[in-house]
Amino acid sequence: MASRKSSSKSRGDNNKYSVLLPTYNERENLPLIVWLLVKYFDESGYDFEIIVIDDGSPDGTLAVAEQLQKIYGEDRILLRPRAKKLGLGTAYIHGIKHATGNFVFIMDADLSHHPKFIPQFIEKQREGGFDLVSGTRYSGNGGVYGWDLRRKLISRGANFITQVLLRPGASDLTGSFRLYKKEVLEQLVEKCVSKGYVFQMEMIVRARQLGYSIGEVPISFVDRVYGESKLGGNEIVSFLKGLLTLFATT
Amino acid sequence: MTKLLQWLLGASVFGVAWGLVVLDLMNLRLPRAYREVAWPMPMYLLVVFGCYSLATVGYRVATFNDCREAAKELQAQIQEANLDLQKKGLKF
Ligand SMILES: Nc1nc2c(ncn2[C@@H]2O[C@H](COP(=O)(O)OP(=O)(O)OP(=O)(O)O)[C@@H](O)[C@H]2O)c(=O)[nH]1
Ligand SMILES: [Mg+2]
Repeated sequence: MASRKSSSKSRGDNNKYSVLLPTYNERENLPLIVWLLVKYFDESGYDFEIIVIDDGSPDGTLAVAEQLQKIYGEDRILLRPRAKKLGLGTAYIHGIKHATGNFVFIMDADLSHHPKFIPQFIEKQREGGFDLVSGTRYSGNGGVYGWDLRRKLISRGANFITQVLLRPGASDLTGSFRLYKKEVLEQLVEKCVSKGYVFQMEMIVRARQLGYSIGEVPISFVDRVYGESKLGGNEIVSFLKGLLTLFATT
Repeated sequence: MTKLLQWLLGASVFGVAWGLVVLDLMNLRLPRAYREVAWPMPMYLLVVFGCYSLATVGYRVATFNDCREAAKELQAQIQEANLDLQKKGLKF
């Protein structure tokens, strides 16, 4: 504890990073993601807090989160649960209200987004003073693991069409591993109304529209090992609908 | 201006230019050769763009990074984390 405090002081600034972790049935993943987050934040010495927003997961995610809070302390792990599943967008809004950092990380709790990239996000942000730093699977050393050809094709195709139609100035629009200045995120979530993948896309398109600067960090995206995907069904249809809506309104 | 309007604007500018040359809307008396080149131009551009799209998407699918190492690293870290968390008293 003492060494952590002193190392974060040696950074010589008052920046604090709040990590929002929305969870729904992530009992296996939550301890692992928290362990990794603590590891990489401690190693790099930045001040941080983890805010778990659990939507009444029937698998007992919240009980696991409470244990983790005991282990790592109430200043590191904050629990802001909601009674029922109300969706990702509102989970972020709910989480931001309780964030005490001046920067906010948004990431999935399913281990697709590896905390090892967090120091790179922070360095990138500082280098360019960016309002938003977005993880990208589509450029540099970025990539994926566990995707078959069909999924790669859909992903690349959808990304190409989006780039042509919206020219958003960012290479990964549907990814959700991002670092925001807190006030920027607050403003964006107020403006964005979409659901699912389209929500992430709308966030970055509106950010560009409002003149915010965007940095990018290549990330490797490893498909979830534990638990089930919550998106699904008619993903493609809702994606196209969302894309056309943004095309006509932004 | 929305992206939709930008596209419509671009398309109308192109359409007008095309109409001027091919249909000779303003009696410019351009040489025949101009008209012959301009006439199939929209179709030609569409085909070129289609090919470019297919080639780009195909290339990007083929060169999509497979992060094998990252998956291995994660597996190893999961083992390590589970051991450490057990030591710290987490009950799974
Ligand atoms: N609080 C809350 N969290 C949610 C909700 N839906 C999804 N999540 C969490 O949001 C993150 C992303 O959800 P995923 O199901 O992994 O969606 P995805 O990453 O697009 O799908 P996969 O490719 O299967 O991983 C995970 O951490 C989920 O636990 C919700 O309604 N409420
Ligand atoms: Mg996921």
